[in-house]
Amino acid sequence: MIRFLFKGLLRDRNRSLLPILVVTAGVSLTVLLHCYITGVLGDMIEFSAKYTSGHVKIMTHAYAENKNQVPNDLALLEINDLISNLQIDYPTMEFVQRINFGGLLDTPDENGETKKQGIVAGIAVDLISENSEEIDRLNIRSSLRKGRLPEKPNEVLISDEFANKLEVKPGGTVTLITSTMYGGMSIQNFTVAGTIEFGVQMMDRSGMIADITGVQNAMDMNDACGEILGFLDSPNYDDIEAMNVENTFNDKYSDPNDEFSPVMTRLKNDSIMAGYFDYVDSFVGIIVAVFILAMSIVLWNTGLIGGLRRYGEVGVRLAIGEEKGHIYRSMIYEAILIGIVGSFFGTLIGLGFSYWIQEVGIDIGDMMKSSKMMIPSVFRANITTPAYYLGFIPGLFSVVLGTMLSGIGIYKRKTASLFKELET
Amino acid sequence: MENSEIVTVKDLIKRYPIGKGEFTALNGIDLTFGTGEFAGIVGPSGSGKTTLLNIIGSLDIPTEGSVVVLGKSIRELNHKQAALLRRKHMGFIFQTFNLLPVYTVYENVEFPLLLLKLSAAEKKKAVMDSLEWLGLTDKMKSRPAQLSGGECQRVAIARAMVKKPELVLADEPTANLDSENSHHILQTMENLNKDLQTTFIFATHDDKVIKYLKRKILIEDGKVSADDVITN
Repeated sequence: MIRFLFKGLLRDRNRSLLPILVVTAGVSLTVLLHCYITGVLGDMIEFSAKYTSGHVKIMTHAYAENKNQVPNDLALLEINDLISNLQIDYPTMEFVQRINFGGLLDTPDENGETKKQGIVAGIAVDLISENSEEIDRLNIRSSLRKGRLPEKPNEVLISDEFANKLEVKPGGTVTLITSTMYGGMSIQNFTVAGTIEFGVQMMDRSGMIADITGVQNAMDMNDACGEILGFLDSPNYDDIEAMNVENTFNDKYSDPNDEFSPVMTRLKNDSIMAGYFDYVDSFVGIIVAVFILAMSIVLWNTGLIGGLRRYGEVGVRLAIGEEKGHIYRSMIYEAILIGIVGSFFGTLIGLGFSYWIQEVGIDIGDMMKSSKMMIPSVFRANITTPAYYLGFIPGLFSVVLGTMLSGIGIYKRKTASLFKELET
Repeated sequence: MENSEIVTVKDLIKRYPIGKGEFTALNGIDLTFGTGEFAGIVGPSGSGKTTLLNIIGSLDIPTEGSVVVLGKSIRELNHKQAALLRRKHMGFIFQTFNLLPVYTVYENVEFPLLLLKLSAAEKKKAVMDSLEWLGLTDKMKSRPAQLSGGECQRVAIARAMVKKPELVLADEPTANLDSENSHHILQTMENLNKDLQTTFIFATHDDKVIKYLKRKILIEDGKVSADDVITN
């Protein structure tokens, strides 16, 4: 009997192919949406980690209290010793120096007078050390639009848009006008090695990346930096691991009574990111739940319609002496089979598209030209473990539920109406 | 030809609730059918003939009275027992054939046997015999959509006959057929009745069917108004 019914299932495309296609489509959309939302929101976390927060961040207590003002006069000192110790304490992690700075960037004309000038938001990172991973971490190589990567401490990269505004090309000179760590005025010439596109509107308007040595020289910050960012070994942020690192570091190095002693904060405790994490969790949960519910209703209908359109077949089966329970169970087994096959292919297709969006991304830069938010303009999906099973919720359970409900309708009908139903 | 009683209907009353009241479809029916009968319940639409057929077929239960089919009281059967009775001893023929379109003629005929514990060889023999009786051997690989109305009804008869049931219930079996096909179908059923001693009970108001009947039971307003044995 099972073989006979299976044969019918395969032959009747309205019973097999069509519901499988609907389930596949629904499940693939569910998986894709989950990966996309997780990716987009995760991108913003990773972006923040790479550029500003690290997975953990070390500052002085005083700097941490005023970090929105980027108070480089409260920077960490003797950082080379500190980083050496950190590398012993946390051998799997990487610690990098960062200086965030602001000022004016000036391009001189042939007489040395100001030709163009603009406010600059700079970030100093280790660009030229042999073992530095900052270029890859900040994706600088592929963001390069003109020129080359800096090779000397006094070479910088500025955003392509900013370079156009300042009318400066690779090889040209720009003058950074800022203040030293001690409050004095600093005027330092840099050579533009190349231009880059950050993919973030705010950075693309006035961004500059300089080698940390050059900026330390310009701002009298030898063996000092505003922040030390620490990155965990795993590619994605792990809050539990970060919390362990934070606790052990603060126990060992931090002295709340010394405002210049270092203090570590983890990404989730960062003032901006703290709420964002909760927001992401809730947002992903709600969106995915709503979508799963919507897909469940669609797929439930598929099951329902699939069951109801077989009223005639069920009638014949009852007439030849098949028990109602047997018919009901066989319909549910069929729904399970359709649900599994559809969910499998749907998950596969959803993961395929998600992988593509994860690797290639969706560039929404054109839509964000006027945005002042520091968010990535290329959104990518992120395939996480739930993506492998999440689609089975609408794909399997809803179809089966729909079939069960339609089956109850058939189950409860009066057998006596068989002749009449079959003859209409 | 007829000997033992296969169906006994005593004081049968069937009422259906309609709104707050009740509609009496059958009102005090007393009938018996013996093995090998070729009988028809005839009467105008709404007279209660299909209701009677339903009850005899264990598809419905009496409100009052008793209906005993092959020694089983329909009223006392649960769903499983009623299904078992239909599975082993009854065949149904519908007005609109109700063949399963995705299966071949062979598979449609084989369908009722799948519920019986038969070996593959037994099933094959039964199906081939049935197809042969109905002259459908050359169509066994066809799908219902490729057949004419007459051929479809022959497949439906083959499906009803494949397990060689004691009782075949046919509700308006020729309603969707032209005159020639109707006669062909009825001759076939008549031959099967003779050869296999199967009891046929028809519900019909079609004169073409009535001409073939050996017994005509006229039902009017839920009561038997005539019960005539027809001798040729």
